[in-house]
Amino acid sequence: MTHLGYLLVGWGTTLAVGGLYAAALLRRGRRLSARVPVERRRWMTADES
Amino acid sequence: MQEINHTGSRTTRLLGAAVILGLVVLFFLGWFVAPEDDEQQDAVRMIFVHVPSAIFTYVAFMTTAIGSAMWLLRRSVWWDTLAAAAAEVGVLFCGLTLFTGAIWGRPTWNTYWDWGDVRLVTTLILFLMMIGYLSVRSLGGPETATATRAAIVGVLAAGIMPIVNRSVEWWENNTLHQKSSLTDGNLEDMTLFTLVVGLVVWGLFFWWAVLHRFRIAWLERELRSTDLDRALEERRAEGEPEGEKV
Amino acid sequence: MLADIRLVAAKDLRIEWRSRVTLSQVLPFALLVLVLFGFALDANRAVLDAATSGLYWITVLFVGLMSVQRATAIETTDGARRALLLAGIEPAAVFLGKALAVMVQLLFVELVLVGGVIVLFDASVESLPLLVSTCVVATVGIAASGTLLGALVAGVRARETVLPILLLPVLAPVLIGATRAFDDALGTVAVDGWAWLGLLAGFGAINTVLGALAYGVLLEET
Repeated sequence: MTHLGYLLVGWGTTLAVGGLYAAALLRRGRRLSARVPVERRRWMTADES
Repeated sequence: MQEINHTGSRTTRLLGAAVILGLVVLFFLGWFVAPEDDEQQDAVRMIFVHVPSAIFTYVAFMTTAIGSAMWLLRRSVWWDTLAAAAAEVGVLFCGLTLFTGAIWGRPTWNTYWDWGDVRLVTTLILFLMMIGYLSVRSLGGPETATATRAAIVGVLAAGIMPIVNRSVEWWENNTLHQKSSLTDGNLEDMTLFTLVVGLVVWGLFFWWAVLHRFRIAWLERELRSTDLDRALEERRAEGEPEGEKV
Repeated sequence: MLADIRLVAAKDLRIEWRSRVTLSQVLPFALLVLVLFGFALDANRAVLDAATSGLYWITVLFVGLMSVQRATAIETTDGARRALLLAGIEPAAVFLGKALAVMVQLLFVELVLVGGVIVLFDASVESLPLLVSTCVVATVGIAASGTLLGALVAGVRARETVLPILLLPVLAPVLIGATRAFDDALGTVAVDGWAWLGLLAGFGAINTVLGALAYGVLLEET
């Protein structure tokens, strides 16, 4: 495949950055949930978990 | 009350699964099924990550602009939280757009960056403005003040963008984007289909990310008011007169 | 309303006149930047000539940043912002007055810088009307957006570092437009400078209106 290096860097970075951000969001969500008192842990557009 | 210690929900789980599945499909289509371009050869496959990133950058920042306006007009906390969440996700997508654009440009037009390209420069300025938005959001202080400050930046950015666009357009007539054959609508069927798949996947991820980011922001808000309540309680317990809210 | 604008502008300018900061610090800084550019590029005369307009306006942007920082600092110390509100002056008038003061100071520096560019970079003014118009119109935009964003970050501890991040991207169209107009006015590039003036005017208008509308909200809520 031509320009393989570019494709790998381009797609790879995109997927890696996306994945890392997703992981960071999930982790931040968990940490915050742990610190907020139980009664206040839900948000406005809640649905069943 | 059920103890929930994460920001997930049925919706986000479904979205997440769909995104992962979609990415696999997109990779397969994008790398092995979609044809290579006559001029660009395989470099054209960058389009499947670049264009969706660009589209959802604009979706994100429009959301922020609308949310900012709603905060300023109605003082809606929900809209303000949405604006903030969308801004962060938008900056991420915007950075990716610029990056993938540069990676695409190098093999195709022999340059990572072109100051004469309207879309590149406009997107860069938008990127910088939204980083400014995030900076303002991270400034400490009363929540309503932060929200108002950020909202004004959000609205200002939206108001300025047409002018930025016009100025950069006039600045240099030759742009790489115009030379591109892809924007003429002469896309192969498979390329177009894969692009649509990419858009769907990016859209689902955008939705997933904004949901989580929104909930995080909401929890942060709850945390701040919880801390505030606790501090007030302690004050009251000491028998002192209630202190001023900071 | 007009009287209030004049009042606020006069106040800011009087403070400036008494402290002479523009004269003693900002102006030397501006000229110094020009000189530094000269050091950096002088070996290649052609480059310096072609870049004159851009270098000029970059310098103006930095000076504008400084002016705005000072204008904001005046209000933030000693709760002067609250005092203005209590005095019954309309926020929009405060905004316009402050922006006007910034504009006057900036125009003064720009005038000197034109002299600087003629002397140091061997620039020649081919169209004085275009040159003057560009300076005036571009400065409206710089002053308006600067005053608005300055007020936005007022009262925040990190404001010196945040203001540039906010203001400079917003001023990008001004930099692009004013540079092209100057290219025409100085005869360095064959381009229609007057067309760019229209864009600069649009920028100035939008920022003036937005600023006047948003200033009240900012004064009250932050």
